[in-house]
Amino acid sequence: MTTGDLYLPAAEALFNDLKAQMAPAIAFDAKLVGVFSGGAWLADRLAAELDGEHEVGYIDVSFYRDDLSTSGLKSNVRSTQIPFSVQGAHIVIVDDVLFTGRSIRAAVNTLFDYGRPASVQLAVLVDRGGRELPIAADYVGAPLIVSRDLMLALSKDDAGKFALTTEPWMQR
Amino acid sequence: MKIAIRKGRVIDPASNFDAQADVFIAASKIVAVGEQPADWHSNRDINAEGCIVAPGLVDLAVHVKRGTLATELAAAAAGGVTSMVCSPDTDPVLDEPGLVDMLRLRAQSFHGTHLYPLGALTKSLAGVQLAEISKLAQAGCVGFSQADRAVLDTQVLLRAMQYAATFDYSVWLQPEDLHLANNGVAHEGEVASRLGLAGIPSSAEIIALATHIELARVTAVHLHVCRVSTAEGVALIRAAKSSGLKITADVAINHLHLIDLDIGNYDSNYRLSPPLRSSRDRDGLRAGVIDGTIDAIVSDHTPRQDDAKQVPFGEAAPGATGLETLLSLTLRFAESARIPIHDALARVTHHAAQAAKLDAGRLAVDSVADVCVFDPGAYRLINKAGFKSAGKNSPFLGYELPGVVRATVTAGHLAFEAAA
Amino acid sequence: MLSKKNLQLNENGDLRHLLAIEGLPKRIIERILDTAESFVGVNEREVKVVPLLRGKSIFNIFFENSTRTRTTFEIAAKRLSADVVNLDVARSSTNKGETILDTIANLTAMHADMFVVRHAESGAPYLIAQHAAPHVHVVNAGDGRHEHPTQGLLDVFTIRKYKKDFTRLTVAIVGDVLHSRVARSQIHALTTLGVPEVRVIGPRTLLPADIERLGVRVFTSLEEGLKGVDVVTMLRLQNERMTGALLPSASEYFSRYGLTPQKLALAKPDAIVLHPGPMNRGVEIDSAVADGKQAVILPQVTYGIAVRMAVMAILSGSTR
Repeated sequence: MTTGDLYLPAAEALFNDLKAQMAPAIAFDAKLVGVFSGGAWLADRLAAELDGEHEVGYIDVSFYRDDLSTSGLKSNVRSTQIPFSVQGAHIVIVDDVLFTGRSIRAAVNTLFDYGRPASVQLAVLVDRGGRELPIAADYVGAPLIVSRDLMLALSKDDAGKFALTTEPWMQR
Repeated sequence: MKIAIRKGRVIDPASNFDAQADVFIAASKIVAVGEQPADWHSNRDINAEGCIVAPGLVDLAVHVKRGTLATELAAAAAGGVTSMVCSPDTDPVLDEPGLVDMLRLRAQSFHGTHLYPLGALTKSLAGVQLAEISKLAQAGCVGFSQADRAVLDTQVLLRAMQYAATFDYSVWLQPEDLHLANNGVAHEGEVASRLGLAGIPSSAEIIALATHIELARVTAVHLHVCRVSTAEGVALIRAAKSSGLKITADVAINHLHLIDLDIGNYDSNYRLSPPLRSSRDRDGLRAGVIDGTIDAIVSDHTPRQDDAKQVPFGEAAPGATGLETLLSLTLRFAESARIPIHDALARVTHHAAQAAKLDAGRLAVDSVADVCVFDPGAYRLINKAGFKSAGKNSPFLGYELPGVVRATVTAGHLAFEAAA
Repeated sequence: MLSKKNLQLNENGDLRHLLAIEGLPKRIIERILDTAESFVGVNEREVKVVPLLRGKSIFNIFFENSTRTRTTFEIAAKRLSADVVNLDVARSSTNKGETILDTIANLTAMHADMFVVRHAESGAPYLIAQHAAPHVHVVNAGDGRHEHPTQGLLDVFTIRKYKKDFTRLTVAIVGDVLHSRVARSQIHALTTLGVPEVRVIGPRTLLPADIERLGVRVFTSLEEGLKGVDVVTMLRLQNERMTGALLPSASEYFSRYGLTPQKLALAKPDAIVLHPGPMNRGVEIDSAVADGKQAVILPQVTYGIAVRMAVMAILSGSTR
């Protein structure tokens, strides 16, 4: 699929690559915690399609972000749901796009307010570089260079099939 | 000093005069209107081209204290007001002849607006004991009033009115039942309910006014109703007048323009006494002015310091500054009520003077030279910096109003002249 | 008045101050309720704190005492990691004659980000909002008999939790509506959210003039007014009302307007009972009802913290 001059890989193919990387590596009972909303969809499908027993949780990082004064509070804050005990758990945070790393920092901080995990790893569909914090993913579908004036996001159609899309970056 | 006011449109509501003419003033009187007297040499020539030359305004309701006389007299002159009736709630209350003398002498020393004091009807305005109103009249009081303080004891009120009627003195009363108005800060109705402000019901005025009118009927005193604010109040006055009672009435200019909705976001400049009421009341007041039920329009000038107004609405001192906006607002009223300018001007000159039994408010040969020259077509923005009054508390801040005063002459003396 | 500005919103339509529910667009009320939902989750977990307002200074300025309300605002602010300063103005500089505006100017000079204000005079928070520095947000914690917006919001949040759909409800507010800021806030919240029938019930001496113009149906009989109702809010009756010829006695009030199980039975069987607190048992509400299964009074308190957290978070995040 293309958007103008930009070549976007097929998200379903990336998803399969990601799954293949995670399958032999993660704990049998690793918890999958998806960051709303792309990460949440990914976590649900990974939990369904990977072997093992993977309980799923969801995180909204709005309350842990560092940009309240400049970007404001997101208008559709969702509720974080962690239906298992974080204490001593092996957790994989799942997100669609890894960019500056700030969302992941906020997700880790959120998790630690629920308890002390045994380990935390990160799985992302796309790593687009541009890190502003020392954060790295353990499992990556694919790296992708995207112009800084575009936002990259995951979408899902009615049948549950994933696709990558871009939008111009909107400063508030 | 000989002053000639040239090329203006002279309007004298008392004689129905409305024509282009020159006015000639000498030694505190108007000596000629129209043709220049023989051997005339002006000390001052005022160009009134494009302006109206009218009698100086007669404002029946001004609240001043001895300490602020200088600024408030300057404000009056700037507003074209040449005669003002001053409420007895000065500080101290005007209930002794010596205090009246001091006030009048001090005012006279400014050679500005004529100040006619109202004396206190009861000592300290407390509503218990009669003041020495005969001595106060001899010292210069033109009537007797309770300011905005109700007399609770109807028997005291009856006797005070009887006593005043003995000497043909007028009694000026603002009708408000103290208990019904208790703690209220705004007109009782939808706006006060929404804003959560304690209400003063219309019946507080209606009941007090009915009482005053009945006592006036019984005592045959001349009753002047101060600051009517309800449509029903106007109806009561109309009925009382048609039954032959000696009653006159005034309305504050603020109530001809504003209503309770104008309080907006609790702006304390709209905290007035009586309170701003509903649009139905405003309609009744306007009709009352037009049909003559209400004799006079007044400013109810009440200058307040910032710290009396920059507080929550319920804690603010009521009242608005008004000497410098009375003329403009009267012109604006004439525009919106679609009445001729000379009818509106009559309510702040000749009719006002008659209601107060003052020899004022006329522009004619041999009358005292109290004249206001203003440009009816010029507009000005009302802002705090423009006020000479010590009080900048106007509910019309930010409004553009017609009528810019060019010159004011009081007793033949040029009391105010606008910068060129 | 030339024009009445909506002081609560900035030019972008974001919430800049919370002064009243009257005049708040429906989208903003819904956003506050939705955001509060997430904070309920925060308040239920082990670590009840989020770092959202870290470094912000929130000043509780209570010109009228209320330990209860002040405490809930303090808890809400602290759970957002903000610094809280409590100013008990009765015992501070305003007693020495400092004006309300001087007090505010001094506090602004101490780099306050938000003022939570309670005052005995209606409209006081508007005066403060008009004179506050541009970056300071003002929250009305109750002004005279005008409004108590966070209470109104937590009341509708509670109703939404139990009843879901506002557009099918009949809500009754019972008691001293004349003096109640809670009643006014609730009326505006309910009508804005589309509740088709809002009723006020009380003796004529306790109903404000022209109250129907706010969009409510007036009842003077509790029995008539409670028929078929989904939600009942009981207002507190203060002792002062027994003087000044408003009411003869607490016991006569209770016999006519007190909520007993028998009277509550006239409402729908699944009707819920709210009360802004503190309750006067045996005056406006019978203990059997207050402690009964239809009362949601304690959940109101819990939700009150989440709603106040939501208000503070949204205000702090609005554009300059």
